[in-house]
Amino acid sequence: MRRLTGGVLSATVLGFALSGAAHAQPDDDSLVVNDETEIATEVAAPAHLDGALGGTIYSGWRFRTDETQALQMDDFDNPSMLFVDQAMDAFNTADGSEGKSCASCHEGPEEFKGLTASMPKVINGKLTTMEDLINSHRAEKMGAEPLKWSGDEMQAMVALIGLQSRGMPMDVAIDGEAAPYWEQGKEMYYTRYGQLELSCANCHEDNWGNMIRADHLSQGQINGFPTYRLKQAKLISKHNRFRGCIRDTMAETFAEGSDEFRALELYVASRGNGLSVETPAVRQ
Amino acid sequence: MTFTRRKLMALGASAAAAALLPIRAFAAVEEVGAIADFTGGAAVGEGGITIDAPEIAENGNTVPISVSAPGAVEVRLYADGNPLPGVATFRFGPLSASQTASTRIRLAGSQNVVAVAKMADGSFMQASVPVKVTIGGCGG
Amino acid sequence: MANKVKPRVKVPSSASAGEAITIKTLISHQMESGQRKDSDGNVIPRSIINRFTAEFNGQTVIDVVLAPAISTNPYFEFEAVVPESGDFTFTWYDDTGDVYTETKSVEVS
Repeated sequence: MRRLTGGVLSATVLGFALSGAAHAQPDDDSLVVNDETEIATEVAAPAHLDGALGGTIYSGWRFRTDETQALQMDDFDNPSMLFVDQAMDAFNTADGSEGKSCASCHEGPEEFKGLTASMPKVINGKLTTMEDLINSHRAEKMGAEPLKWSGDEMQAMVALIGLQSRGMPMDVAIDGEAAPYWEQGKEMYYTRYGQLELSCANCHEDNWGNMIRADHLSQGQINGFPTYRLKQAKLISKHNRFRGCIRDTMAETFAEGSDEFRALELYVASRGNGLSVETPAVRQ
Repeated sequence: MTFTRRKLMALGASAAAAALLPIRAFAAVEEVGAIADFTGGAAVGEGGITIDAPEIAENGNTVPISVSAPGAVEVRLYADGNPLPGVATFRFGPLSASQTASTRIRLAGSQNVVAVAKMADGSFMQASVPVKVTIGGCGG
Repeated sequence: MANKVKPRVKVPSSASAGEAITIKTLISHQMESGQRKDSDGNVIPRSIINRFTAEFNGQTVIDVVLAPAISTNPYFEFEAVVPESGDFTFTWYDDTGDVYTETKSVEVS
């Protein structure tokens, strides 16, 4: 595949099983975490999608095998929680020139209940992700070095904060100040990238439910990020996943933490408005 | 001869430490080894041991596996297509409620997962299940 | 790396005598298999947790030998009986010589 130079063969090369006209449906399983937190993995599609995904949006959890699904149903099965525990320690540990920890200003991560459901959002005129919030507070309040965007420490902290909103519906704003960023992200979603000339929509809108080789294609929702991927056996950031997808089209990709990926994050998050925050999810 | 409580404790502690030393400090790291190393060439029966594994694993890096062998004292797991076939040895102690254990394993491609149990009477039983390991959509 | 090794253990806080209880354990560990090569083509040396034990009041529940085929962040689930109130001790042995332990108390009624 590395030697391919043309884009015309893309669908066949990637092996979409296009035999059936209808999408193979996600499974019927329902997700309750720790026998207590109900997760909405299937809700009415947000109006702005205008039917692009049919009437219903689904969590990626519904496209996984029972064995992978089970890993997210109990926090002692979910390996993400190892890193959430580490983030809890970091939350209480001073870092930087001011001798402060997160806990110097915040009573506990519970304070952030609901925050992740509304992120990314425009703050002080700039589209801001959770990673941005963490690093700006580290710089301004703690005098601490920024954490690497997709590094273990950063994604553990993003997961700890996201966990506080688990079960709450995703609800990112797409109008007002957010509108231009959202439009930019939408433009990117439908742009064909790379030598394979594939857009996000080619897989996750036109072919969700189909098999791409042995993989059951989801709608590409990001309501469970950071997510523990079995492949890398660690927490994976949204931007890392965006980068991986664009790289696989054989394109020069955008950088993690770039303005382009912030905008794409807002748009993709908005396609999942209504789904529960699942952070930290487990995927293949 | 009288012992003070402090002396007794010190004696107890050093005796315990001495008893532990040969195991903790000098034991070489144990390997799971090959099936023949385990059975010593004894006949291996079928039945009495079950493996619960996915028919298709979405990623070979993390494949959930359970093994159950009622009455076993020891169960070894093998992956016959891995560079090193040994996966794990489970020894069940007096306070195990069942001879059942679950873990997550690495499979370098589609292959058979094999479990061999040593029963309390010294006999060996075996089970084997094929697991298909898929390659992700884009390799990404 | 060693400072990032951290166990998570699920044990019910109470049980009745002789009842079978389910225990789940996870520990963060890379489980470097010794089969991989770095970008220069050199084999990355094996560095794994090679043994895991669970004891209750000094008596063995399970004793596991781990090979490099055990996944990153090793997970074990098994069942124990507790005859009386006491403490579980879980121990992980690293190739580096480090030993990690966790204890959990159970009240038997």
